[in-house]
Amino acid sequence: MAHGAGGKATRRLIDGIIAPLLLPHVTEALGDSALVDVNGSGIAITTDAFVVTPLRFPGGSIGELAVNGTVNDIAVSGATPLAMVASFVLEAGLPMRVLEAEVRAMAQAASEAGIAIVGGDTKVVEHGKADQMYITTTGIGLLRPGLTLGPRSVRPGDKIVVSGPIGDHGITILLARGELDLEADLRSDTRSVLPLVDAMLSVAGAGVRWMRDPTRGGVATTLNELALDTGLGIHLVEEWLPVRDEVRGACELLGLDPLHIANEGQFLAIVAAEYAEVVPGTIIGEVKDEPAAAVLVTTGYGGSRIVDMLVGDPLPRIC
Amino acid sequence: MRFVDEFRDPEVVNTVAEEIRWLTDPGRRYRFMEVCGGHTHAIYRFGLKDVLPANIELIHGPGCPVCVLPMGRIDDGLELGRQPDVIFAAFGDMMRVPGAHGSPLEHKARGMDVRIVYSPSDALKLARANPERHVMFFAIGFETTAPSTALTLMRAKAEGIKNFSVFCNHVTIIPAIRAILDSPDMRLDAFIGPGHVSTVIGCRPYEWIARDEKRPIVVSGFEPLDLLQSIVMLLRQIKARTAIVENQYTRVVPWEGNRAALAAMAEVFELRPFFEWRGLGFISQSALRIREAYAEWDAERRFEVAGVRVTDPKAAQCGEVLKGVLKPVQCKLFGRECTPERPVGALMVSSEGSCAAYYNYEHRKALGRQHATV
Amino acid sequence: MCLAIPGKIVELIADQPNLATVDVNGVRRRVDLGLLVDEHPVPGDWVLIHVGFAMSKISERDAAEQMRTLRILGEDQAAMDEVRGYGLESS
Repeated sequence: MAHGAGGKATRRLIDGIIAPLLLPHVTEALGDSALVDVNGSGIAITTDAFVVTPLRFPGGSIGELAVNGTVNDIAVSGATPLAMVASFVLEAGLPMRVLEAEVRAMAQAASEAGIAIVGGDTKVVEHGKADQMYITTTGIGLLRPGLTLGPRSVRPGDKIVVSGPIGDHGITILLARGELDLEADLRSDTRSVLPLVDAMLSVAGAGVRWMRDPTRGGVATTLNELALDTGLGIHLVEEWLPVRDEVRGACELLGLDPLHIANEGQFLAIVAAEYAEVVPGTIIGEVKDEPAAAVLVTTGYGGSRIVDMLVGDPLPRIC
Repeated sequence: MRFVDEFRDPEVVNTVAEEIRWLTDPGRRYRFMEVCGGHTHAIYRFGLKDVLPANIELIHGPGCPVCVLPMGRIDDGLELGRQPDVIFAAFGDMMRVPGAHGSPLEHKARGMDVRIVYSPSDALKLARANPERHVMFFAIGFETTAPSTALTLMRAKAEGIKNFSVFCNHVTIIPAIRAILDSPDMRLDAFIGPGHVSTVIGCRPYEWIARDEKRPIVVSGFEPLDLLQSIVMLLRQIKARTAIVENQYTRVVPWEGNRAALAAMAEVFELRPFFEWRGLGFISQSALRIREAYAEWDAERRFEVAGVRVTDPKAAQCGEVLKGVLKPVQCKLFGRECTPERPVGALMVSSEGSCAAYYNYEHRKALGRQHATV
Repeated sequence: MCLAIPGKIVELIADQPNLATVDVNGVRRRVDLGLLVDEHPVPGDWVLIHVGFAMSKISERDAAEQMRTLRILGEDQAAMDEVRGYGLESS
């Protein structure tokens, strides 16, 4: 079960089992989208399954996540989203209005993101065999020319930029489940990051080395994957991390680290130092040679700590 | 955040760190034990070791209620959870602790109804909301948490809620400190005392440490300035050759403790004659059980508990690390067979366990240096 | 071993003696005040919260006093540095 949470276990599942069997030809580090050459044009293709409880939450629903998530994976690969298809696995007994609401939400999100949903599939399974509804979306995009995004482009001295406050989505979901009896004026940040990616690329062009969206497992997990792929040291400065008051309050109360909490409307970028001040977003750190393959957070007193990938879901603690 | 941010002020931290350097004698080593796992976590989280001079050594004590539970108690709790219609409720801290047949989360994956709760009162709420089920709350914690469990049981009794019980694993801090001081391998100069336990028991219970064992002890808060100020106070005592109990955490810790909390504990709990602690062996009068008057809500009396003793794997040195005799990295399994992903013992699971803290915060730094030389 | 966080009492719950809504940086939760019966906490008070129970009322005066003490350390040090700068110590 820990394998779905997006951290170490997920990586082992992919690296250990899936990639060797299904992707023996892929030698590039696995990014958010795969790149396929079609008659000289680069096509980005990505797929993602969306599983969330509750289906609707402040700021969005599973349908929006399904559209925005795939749009974002294409966008951060440096491609312009073209089209997507969606498949639904529905639990028998799911009220029609619930399905309808999600399909409407998807149509709305797709329209806002400028992508067309061109096809799909629906399957119904027995009651108890699915958590109401699972949605899988697969999207394609056209790679912009002139970009060389990827871990190999990252250099010491490059800056780390995040598009906005972290932790909003994960904490919203945690609160929406109702088990912890906490209330806050907080919404999921689900949205298409395409406009911000566009803005960044038009300002910095090839000065953008790498982009990813930090979904499950949070910023820490995504940056740890980058650290492992590059062998470099990712340095974050704690005071520079943008965190909303309510996310901070919930994390302090529950003993969680905002760096491990999922985001659905943000992206991380590694940007050449000369462009870092002028691109949209907040600078949160810098790439260095050391410590190799690790993410380090410096505290306000010149102290530091390593931040590891998540093991399983973030769990509230009382100790 | 009020009452938090001001105690993290970097400028003042630097000032206090300067004072600490001023107070330390470069010719000697200082060995301070922070008893409480919450302090261990704070030290790593804020990178405080980098702020202290190298001749102050902080030794992690056994104040981690998850770490000191022997595996057999976890197995007993999970056995209770397997009863028909039982909902197993516990704090998030317990969820990945390995039992002989897997952790609570692993049991959940195999179909057991396992729920994470933030408060014992949320477990009682579950019972009210699910009258056809039985909610069993796996209670852990030192004296900080025991009063909340006690109040919850009092409420359950007052409301006549029958489908609720508690599997009580509350332990007390003083016997653990005694066991540390009695240990022949231990050389300690002073103690950083547990701040939140002391909001309940006050500062008097530590007087014997100063009087009989001649060690200074300062009851400390958890923010960087609290810990650093406590170290200043310890250094001043050492310089003045005194050994007394001091309260650094005055904004929250009353010298006499919390009367209502102690009363609730006395109403619901009594001391077990003895209890097994992981690594420290059997200690008398060190743990709580539910009194006769609340027997109906005692999971150990409602259900059959096997009471199996499960020893840790031979190579695991949880005990010595708990006592502070070994550093986590000196355990043969550390970083190899025992990692946060595949923990052998609770010290690697609990976020305040020394092994988890060391692994997550320091060990990777060392690994990073190794990478660089390849 | 005990994660406890300061929060501000926003309101006492009408029909539930001992329960209050407490705010931590914009996050609100019901907190049981049953362990603070002797202190009669009221809205506006700050309390230390652990597992959904208030453990202690926070003394704003002690907190301010502590910060004052620590800041004075800095002034003392600055004064010491200045005195050392006079070069009066024998070498």
